[in-house]
Amino acid sequence: MTPLFAATTEAAINWHTLMFYVVSLCACSFAVIVAMTNNIVRMAFALIVSLAATSGLLFLAGAYFVGAMQLMIYVGGTVVLLIFGVMLTAQKAFITMRTNAGDWLVGLLVGGTLLAVLVQLVFLIPEWQSADYQSTSDAQLIAFANELKSQQDRGEEITAEQRRRLELLAAKASEGMPQRTGEIGLALIGVRADKIESNEKGLAGYLLPFEIISVHLLVVLVGAAYLARAKRHHQRGDQA
Amino acid sequence: MSFLCEPIGLSHYLTVGAFLFVTGVVCMATKRNALGILMGIELVLNGAIVNFVGFASPYFRDENLGLDGHMIALFVIVMAAAEAAVALAIALNFYNNHATIDVDRADELKG
Repeated sequence: MTPLFAATTEAAINWHTLMFYVVSLCACSFAVIVAMTNNIVRMAFALIVSLAATSGLLFLAGAYFVGAMQLMIYVGGTVVLLIFGVMLTAQKAFITMRTNAGDWLVGLLVGGTLLAVLVQLVFLIPEWQSADYQSTSDAQLIAFANELKSQQDRGEEITAEQRRRLELLAAKASEGMPQRTGEIGLALIGVRADKIESNEKGLAGYLLPFEIISVHLLVVLVGAAYLARAKRHHQRGDQA
Repeated sequence: MSFLCEPIGLSHYLTVGAFLFVTGVVCMATKRNALGILMGIELVLNGAIVNFVGFASPYFRDENLGLDGHMIALFVIVMAAAEAAVALAIALNFYNNHATIDVDRADELKG
């Protein structure tokens, strides 16, 4: 994709970028704390912060509903479940369990290699690196508007290049952010509101996965209740 | 600070996803506490969610995954909740039977 405007010498801070760096730094550093600390209670706290920061990343990518669900189900449900597990098993000997130095060495070696390979792969593909919509900063827009205004004052016609930019900007503005929540709800019952005009006639929804995952959740919860039920060990010893 | 003026692309999101994945793998590999291993799994699933949402975002690419990416991210979240419930039940059962949560002590099936 070619950028809409050539880069200007006047550099303005892109707030989307700034927020992305703040939130992703938070998510990554607390993920490192989860991996590095030996104290299980601190791990649980760092996990909460990391997951909440990840939901911020989802908001920044435009996935508002998924971000909200990440906060409600993940941070509000799953991690609370984990913290209950921590509280039920947190005896003195198990709060801090040290890992062998050899295990650390192997783990960090494998992890570092994996990270190097993945990051190289990510930056290998040029299409993934730039975004034409975001590359139009506020300062560039203002400069473009001033340019048009001064041309109008002088009574000059706009050039073909300027017309192309204006059309692209109008297309981007009318596109806007889709309201995903209703589309997600319709997709769960099997209707794709965004694919009505495609070959599948809007019927390529997620009804079957939705049914499967709801039955799956039921089975999982029954199984979890069965597995974690209280047993009386001393009585078994008496009967034997 | 010129990187703050540049727009971010899809590769930034994929880098964060890869980083979360790798920290989760290291966490799973090195922790001795069964609940610590569970937290590593949560981090790995989070990396997957970040990747899916990055690919689905209209901000980065014109041909994005769109709604499909969001749906799969939601299914991953529900999957993680189910997985945490079962794994926690197994860990508590192990703790009840062996009076420890150290996975290195779970070696009864060792040949």
